[in-house]
Amino acid sequence: MIRLEKRKEPSKFWRIANPFLAVLLTMLAGGIMFAALGKDPIAAIRLIFFDPIFSETFASYSRPQLLIKSAPLILIAVGLAIGFRAGIWNIGAEGQYIIGALFGAGVALAFFPQPGWYIFPLMVIAGAFGGFLWAMIPAILKTRFNTNEILVSLLLVYVAERILAAMALGLMRNPDQPGFPGSRDLRRYEAAHNAELIANTGIHWGVVAALIAVIFAYVMMTRHLLGFHVQLAGQAPRAARFGGVSPARLVVICLGIAGALAGLAGMFEVSGPGGQVRIEFASGYGFTAIIVAFLGRLNPLAIVFAGLLLGLTYIGGELAQMMLQIPGAAIQVFQGMLLFFLLALDFQTNYRIRLTRGARA
Amino acid sequence: MRHTLLQLQGLSKSYPGVKANDDISFAIGEGQMHALLGENGAGKSTLVKMIYGLVRPDAGEMRLRGAPFAPSQPSEARQNGVAMVFQHFSLFDALDVAENVALGMENPPPLRDLAARIRDVSEEYGLPLDPSRLVGELSAGERQRVEIVRCLLQDPKLLIMDEPTSVLTPQEVEILFRTLRKLSSEGTAILYISHKLEEIRALCDEATILRGGKKVATCDPREKSARELAELMVGQLLTPPERPERPFGEVVLEVEKLSLKSNNPFGTSLKDISLQLRAGEVLGIAGVAGNGQDELLLMLSGELLAPAGQVRLKGAPIGDLEPNTRRALGLVAAPEERLGHAAAPDMNLTENALLSGSGRKRLEKGGFIDWGGAERFAREIITRFDVRTPGPHVLARALSGGNLQKFVIGREIELDPDVIVVNQPTWGVDAAAAATIRQALLDLAGKGAAVLVISQDLDELLEVADSFAALNEGRLTPVRPAKGLTVEEIGLMMGGAGDMHVAHEAAE
Repeated sequence: MIRLEKRKEPSKFWRIANPFLAVLLTMLAGGIMFAALGKDPIAAIRLIFFDPIFSETFASYSRPQLLIKSAPLILIAVGLAIGFRAGIWNIGAEGQYIIGALFGAGVALAFFPQPGWYIFPLMVIAGAFGGFLWAMIPAILKTRFNTNEILVSLLLVYVAERILAAMALGLMRNPDQPGFPGSRDLRRYEAAHNAELIANTGIHWGVVAALIAVIFAYVMMTRHLLGFHVQLAGQAPRAARFGGVSPARLVVICLGIAGALAGLAGMFEVSGPGGQVRIEFASGYGFTAIIVAFLGRLNPLAIVFAGLLLGLTYIGGELAQMMLQIPGAAIQVFQGMLLFFLLALDFQTNYRIRLTRGARA
Repeated sequence: MRHTLLQLQGLSKSYPGVKANDDISFAIGEGQMHALLGENGAGKSTLVKMIYGLVRPDAGEMRLRGAPFAPSQPSEARQNGVAMVFQHFSLFDALDVAENVALGMENPPPLRDLAARIRDVSEEYGLPLDPSRLVGELSAGERQRVEIVRCLLQDPKLLIMDEPTSVLTPQEVEILFRTLRKLSSEGTAILYISHKLEEIRALCDEATILRGGKKVATCDPREKSARELAELMVGQLLTPPERPERPFGEVVLEVEKLSLKSNNPFGTSLKDISLQLRAGEVLGIAGVAGNGQDELLLMLSGELLAPAGQVRLKGAPIGDLEPNTRRALGLVAAPEERLGHAAAPDMNLTENALLSGSGRKRLEKGGFIDWGGAERFAREIITRFDVRTPGPHVLARALSGGNLQKFVIGREIELDPDVIVVNQPTWGVDAAAAATIRQALLDLAGKGAAVLVISQDLDELLEVADSFAALNEGRLTPVRPAKGLTVEEIGLMMGGAGDMHVAHEAAE
């Protein structure tokens, strides 16, 4: 008979071991899934996790891609993690990412083709502001009308996607190429281009912003009263009230930070690697970042590694699609498994599984 | 001598690091009222859990009417005629009385029949109870009756009652005692767990006293004084707290005609509350749980906001100020619920020291936390209030209830407030620690602070309070000097039991 016992204190060992175990289990279960699809599982896992960095054929292209894919994941996940710590579940980072990109691109397109050093900084501010505004919708609805931020923020993703499509086909469409959906290519507009800072490394301003955000979040969570209050509210809401934390203020702060960071990520993407406002611009970073946040134990420093790992599955997933014709949906299932196994394994952080013989002791 | 109903022989039970019960033997006769006395942590709960089949002994045996008795689960104990009323009720607020009773039975009859039987039993034993009422609307005393009736329906031979009077008014206690005496006269044995000595002397004909997991004595409680029993329980001589006569100062805390809606759907709203508290004064507020104590504390701590002018601290309106602003002005509070309200369970003691101490102890600068200072503050509390723990890095939830209580009350006292509000300051704390906490509160008052103690323990209030009031359904009685008040008068102030007297007399 299997019995569950609550641990007196959460197990530190499993807290750290579980993410690694989850990756291993994902490889195993993912391998079985790939085999069921008629693909060679070992080759697929190799393509996803190893070839992007170590294969001679792919690495020269893939390595810089790693930072390009990971930076938005890390940037978004850091913001989400702060909210998750406080028990504020922003599931709509994808929407905030899109709106941030639209605000950033909007500034750029408004100034086009003027040169000016101030254009890019303005875009940065606009991007953060756009994401912030979009996150304020669930925040204000929650504090005013006690709505559920999970539902509101998630549904707003679909609204943001419609707005994105409308912009790509309408207001922001490139007037010089009216036959094609999509805006001007910002990579060809120097004042707005988020270019690679060091050649062939993939480092652009978004990577720098992600690093700054990580350090900022780490200091806030460990040294600042706000970080303490965030954790307090997440762990013991009544104790937080007693300690003088205003729940409404915290909702606004947490959603605001997450929205602004997601908006920044969208802005850096649209002005750099993405290049233009297109219908297919949103690639699920906002959702994958949820996995990154949890895989990184909501700890800003660990999120860096989780972000790199998930970034790797993005690149490796593309390779696997290309080389083995594995469907894109299977890659998303593969990423989802990671979160699934992690959450399942986390059970043993708080509970001990005991096998007993016969009747209850 | 009556026939022996239950014989315990050499019962022992160990948990990692602690021997909860060590070689305990005694017997309960049929129809006997047997008290089980001991401080928190003396092993009373473990012992009754073994009798009720929740815990299995490591060693020793039990015999019920001479036959070996080793229940492996509560249902087996119930089949053998052992029933138990827990200190914490297991009832569902949203279901009615009959449904709640049905949920606790092995083979419940149809609800209509059950309702009729509940009515019969409750009338027979003088425990008025309407089977169709929602449990969420019942008082604590009425909830306890639901539990008792549930047991009685199963016609028990042994009824175990765990601290049954902690939630009752003196009048309700009297009703309960009559019921228990009636049961006893019909041959049902009662194992009565308590640390209230006067009660046991009034009710029981035999008492077994536990200390540190061992049996200290079995005696007739009517032949011992309460003091003797207490000293057996604690194992040391007790000194009552010292309260030097002192003049009171100016009025520091004032509440004027305040009505405030509770933030909890099953809570009690405050109605027309007025009180004045002077520097150096200890005001005791009595009342049965759920009569607005939580709301009163929240309103004073700043977790429940009121119109500014109706709550005044040293003359200044503070009703609409947040908890930290009130702390800065000199008003601190310690809520009843230690884990989850006064302290965050999964945070360590340093973090919990910071929880309310950040402002008054200057543990932050521009929002940045002085962790070293917070740890020093935590150590200060631990040393001064004798909190038994390896150190400030330990999680709050790893502390025993009494130790955490010392930490939480100690933290607020160390903030050196002008006004301190505490709710149930010694709930679940052993006698020695309770004495420490009461003394610390009195010392604080001696230094000129105003102290407001909300408590359900009348003995405690009479020991520390200079003036006295009671909460009943969200209303506060006028404040009276505590000197010369009798328990009877206090019972009337606590109120709410008048109509039940009538019911009892009708049943007899």
